[in-house]
Amino acid sequence: MSEMRTPLSRVRGLGSAKKGTEHFWLQRVTAIANIPLAVFFVSAIVVHAGADYLTVKAFLSRPIVALVMLLLILSMVWHMRLGLQIVIEDYIHDHTVKILALILNTFFALAVGTASVLAILKLTLA
Amino acid sequence: MFLSILHRATGIALYVGTLLLVWWLMAAATGPEAFTLFQGFAGSWIGQMVLFGYTWALFHHMFGGIKHFIWDTGAGFELSTVEWISRGATLIPILLTLMSWVLAYKFMGAF
Repeated sequence: MSEMRTPLSRVRGLGSAKKGTEHFWLQRVTAIANIPLAVFFVSAIVVHAGADYLTVKAFLSRPIVALVMLLLILSMVWHMRLGLQIVIEDYIHDHTVKILALILNTFFALAVGTASVLAILKLTLA
Repeated sequence: MFLSILHRATGIALYVGTLLLVWWLMAAATGPEAFTLFQGFAGSWIGQMVLFGYTWALFHHMFGGIKHFIWDTGAGFELSTVEWISRGATLIPILLTLMSWVLAYKFMGAF
């Protein structure tokens, strides 16, 4: 017998899902991407500190800025979802609460990502 | 141990703080009134404190990540090296945070 786990344990999603390596790897890949993207973001905010609406709007509308902002949003949202997933799995031990927290984590990341992408597209395609 | 917890804490702070990024982008996409509302918050003393904390959390988390990258490769585990990597990963983010804010106030024409 090569499989020691009971069918019930597999249905309940207990034990390894064999996604650990992929999770670890994506966490690192998005982390590397986030470094230059975040440096760009902070620099952009610093340069536009106190800038008026039209200046900020014009800046965010530029295709190259919109592109980098989109990459930042996607990489960041992906990274933070993976990161909080680890925190949830480490600290929440009640099965039901844990599953709910993992679902909310995905919802939050998707909502933040979609809203940001929508705003950037509206600015740059207008 | 403490720095490891801090890496998670700053990660969670940055996670929640993305709501500010969404607000900023949505406000810019919505119009002048919405943007003025955001600027009113960002420019208030509480907004400035939140943004200052966010800047530090971002740099701290970034350098904590770089530190873990070095350790992921299996390098830098000699005690003296661990010591200066940890010090660098604590001090550089503080310096970069202060630098960013001095520059931001300079761009605002504060001095």
